[in-house]
Amino acid sequence: MSWLSDATLLHLCRVADWPDLTGTRYDCVDKIGQGGMGAVFLARDRELDRQVALKVLSAAPDDADAKARMVAEARLTARLEHPGIVPVHDAGVLPDGRFYYAMKLVRGKRLDEQVSRTTALAERLQPFQKMCDAVAFAHAHGIVHRDLKPQNVMVGPFGEVLVLDWGAAREIGPRADAAVVGTPGYMAPEQATANVAVVDARADVYAVGGILYFLLTGRPPAYGPGAVLARPRQFDRAIPRPLEAICLKALAPDPGRRYADVADLAADVADFLARRRVRAYPEKPFEVVLRLATTYRTVLTLLLAYLLIRILLLVFFRS
Amino acid sequence: MKKWLLGLLLGGVLGIFDGLTAPLSAPETAPDLLGIVIGSMFKGCIAGVLIGYFAQKVHSLALGIVFGLAVGAALAFGIVWLQYQAGKWYFWQVMLPGSAVGLIVGYVTQRYGRRL
Repeated sequence: MSWLSDATLLHLCRVADWPDLTGTRYDCVDKIGQGGMGAVFLARDRELDRQVALKVLSAAPDDADAKARMVAEARLTARLEHPGIVPVHDAGVLPDGRFYYAMKLVRGKRLDEQVSRTTALAERLQPFQKMCDAVAFAHAHGIVHRDLKPQNVMVGPFGEVLVLDWGAAREIGPRADAAVVGTPGYMAPEQATANVAVVDARADVYAVGGILYFLLTGRPPAYGPGAVLARPRQFDRAIPRPLEAICLKALAPDPGRRYADVADLAADVADFLARRRVRAYPEKPFEVVLRLATTYRTVLTLLLAYLLIRILLLVFFRS
Repeated sequence: MKKWLLGLLLGGVLGIFDGLTAPLSAPETAPDLLGIVIGSMFKGCIAGVLIGYFAQKVHSLALGIVFGLAVGAALAFGIVWLQYQAGKWYFWQVMLPGSAVGLIVGYVTQRYGRRL
């Protein structure tokens, strides 16, 4: 009687819950993630000779509701063709009846991992702006993500940014169910209650504000009963006031006081980076002067040099 | 705003300022102040249009500054020459500010303004 080696046993344990991909064009390589609805596997597409990510429904094949939700997720994600949204390549049903869909394999770091390696504010805001573009695109197509967080944003090796996990996404409109979806800290207050009938783009604005808060402070917004949201500058006085104002406006508990959608928030961040006036922050006159002086410092320097020439000529030729 | 228009406006404004400050370094020119201001304004406008048009065609900060300096200096020298023909010699008082104006307009039209 021969015994199985530890390595063989470990391998068997690893592949035990691999899906049966017979009849498909894919070969399973490894399991790379597990979510609430399904598991994600690294697979090889034999037809195109490339690696893909395969999401397979975890529920039993006869669970029609679970299948319908995952089919909706695949269709919704496939509808959103944007460089910042992970593309869906294929979908189908496995021999055991479980639904699956194949999507682009995203290589890179999660946004929360990326930030730990980056300190410059402009570097931290670059992937943030790209993420906002993707979310704004979804909003323009009537889709709200509902589970935005740094862990669902991937930054690729060439700086490309992809928003992942659209499993909680829905079309903007009246809520079909009272289920609470999202992640504490990034979930808008109206999303966390079953009383509010409509969850719209402003719920994603709150989540994006939470991501901005994380990028500025290194921690998620406070959540839970009695939690008080600390201003970002309480953690770091170097955070510019206009940027703090943008963050706090996005994180306003009342949806009516937030940006209407992520595109508006992104526009304010772009204005901040371009040293233009930010809508969320009413500047004092001194701050306006300082901002303009910083923006046009070279022109001002040249004009001052011109005045100096005039003064020197005055002094020299009069004396 | 198009670059040539930006150059025209900026050159004109700086030209007016140039003319208004002329009596500071040459008090004897005070009686002719209005003529100096108008002439300086036109000089500034012409320089501004030329430099702004150059900026529209050539997208180089360095070349724009050099061109601006050259145009400003050339037009300023024209004024110096006219003054010399009238028996007055205001070389540095005209050349330095005039060249500086050209340099400033050259920089601003390269950095700002719409190309097309």
